[in-house]
Amino acid sequence: MRLRLVGLSAVLGLCMLGYLVIGARGDWGFVLAFRGQKLLALLLVGVAIAWSTLIFQTLTGNRILTPAIMGFDALYMLGLGLLIWVLGVPAYLAIPPQVMMLGNVALLCLGALGLFGLVLRANGRDLMRLLLTGVVLSVLIRSLTGFLMRVIDPNEYAVLQGAAFARFSNVDPDLLTIAGGITAICGIAIWRMRHRLDVIGLGPDLALSLGEPGPRSRRAVLLLVSLLVAVSTALVGPVTFLGLLVTNLTYLLFPTHRHAVLLPATGLVAGIVLIGGQGLLEHVMGLTTPLSVVIEAVGGLSFLVLLLRMLR
Amino acid sequence: MIRIDAVCHGIGGQPILRDVSLEIGKGGIVALVGPNGAGKSTLLSLIARLQPLQTGRITVDGHVIGQVRDDVLARTLAILPQHLDVASRLSVRDLVGFGRYPYHKGRPTPQDLVRVDAALAAFELDDLAARALDTLSGGQRQRAFVAMAYAQDTDYLLLDEPLNNLDIAASRGLMHRLRDLARQDGRTVVIVLHDINYAAAYADRIVALKSGRVVADGAPGAVVTDAFLRTVFDTDATVAHVQGRPMVCV
Repeated sequence: MRLRLVGLSAVLGLCMLGYLVIGARGDWGFVLAFRGQKLLALLLVGVAIAWSTLIFQTLTGNRILTPAIMGFDALYMLGLGLLIWVLGVPAYLAIPPQVMMLGNVALLCLGALGLFGLVLRANGRDLMRLLLTGVVLSVLIRSLTGFLMRVIDPNEYAVLQGAAFARFSNVDPDLLTIAGGITAICGIAIWRMRHRLDVIGLGPDLALSLGEPGPRSRRAVLLLVSLLVAVSTALVGPVTFLGLLVTNLTYLLFPTHRHAVLLPATGLVAGIVLIGGQGLLEHVMGLTTPLSVVIEAVGGLSFLVLLLRMLR
Repeated sequence: MIRIDAVCHGIGGQPILRDVSLEIGKGGIVALVGPNGAGKSTLLSLIARLQPLQTGRITVDGHVIGQVRDDVLARTLAILPQHLDVASRLSVRDLVGFGRYPYHKGRPTPQDLVRVDAALAAFELDDLAARALDTLSGGQRQRAFVAMAYAQDTDYLLLDEPLNNLDIAASRGLMHRLRDLARQDGRTVVIVLHDINYAAAYADRIVALKSGRVVADGAPGAVVTDAFLRTVFDTDATVAHVQGRPMVCV
């Protein structure tokens, strides 16, 4: 286990190095600063998506549902759409991106706690029902966002659309500090919860019998999940299947229940997938296909495979 | 002592428990019996705060259920619910190790490891300790779960139909072990049983529930009679006495 973690760290190190130097021309100071910023953003997004998915799967006791499939990021887009609709584009663009992000994060936390807390409480024990409710809910939220996009005027639509597609290549540098801060705080909180998460993974009844308060832990985990999803969606837009891909790769590589191992492992795997993939596409293949398309394709396929395996 | 005071409970408008009051003293095995849907599991899960109490009051050793901190109660009372599905990645030793969580909160001390080994030995799980849960038979898995609750080292142990899936040897082994626990360590075991014969053979006290009410309560010899089977279970099975113990002829 430890050996594999070290190996993964080495691979991630190589990916990061490759991403920074491969195909670099001209002033090194500029290249490293420019790429370093993107690298940092990719790492943040990777950790945010990986950890939010992992703890969400621990809470719900399944390996197929992810916050993205349940529509967490769609909720974020809906909030954004509502803001644009209510304020109008000029006022929307006048808001500093940091303030916008904080407001949106707060909105998402409220929405997620209310909506998904309710769904989880009602269907917590029945995975199939949870899955169905989640998927239907995410379709509902996405449709609402789509409806909103149709009623707003074309200029507003263009702004919203710009935010609605995942893009790993141009990250807003203004948001990096704030996103980094939120991710760090959530990361520390999750790492401190690692033993509690092991117990929560036993299911609600056994966890409660071992003294892990049910509703309180659920709220804490959901809050952390929505914060991390908000961070990653604000930085690069919605990515539906990355979390699924990353956590299930981790489960394959690390057959353990211990979050002290799983947490660093998913972070590393996510970093490798994102930075390695982006480096490959950007610097080796000349950015012909956006990484998000590749990830969605591979991730979507593995989602289908997992679903079919579970039904059998 | 577990004190249950005027507890009523309904699910979706259907009354499950109607005004149940019961006192369970320290030490011994108390068997909860009754037909399907009598409210046995509900009563157990209310005592163990797995479901919120609707009306009435339950205290365990003076801790008021619903007010006491969950981690405090976890060192006083352990419950093994009826339906358990747990991630298959766990090994038996990992699972039993979780029983010590209320004490070490994730950082096991050498003393905790000793307790885990003792629990594995007590339930004859030494050979299976490294196996993953999903490679075990239903009975072996059940034993692993009971061993986990045992490792929790609480004065009160609530078990919801632990004999499900167990063959006769495993059932007797488990009941013997529980009786030793109750007699030697002075622990209190509250156990939901379907088989009256096991209840009569191993329990010190039988409490029968029907339609959410306590309808019989006492020592097995006094409780288990032809009339008891007729009124509680609506069956005309008869009771014979073998070696001074009541036995239901099925």
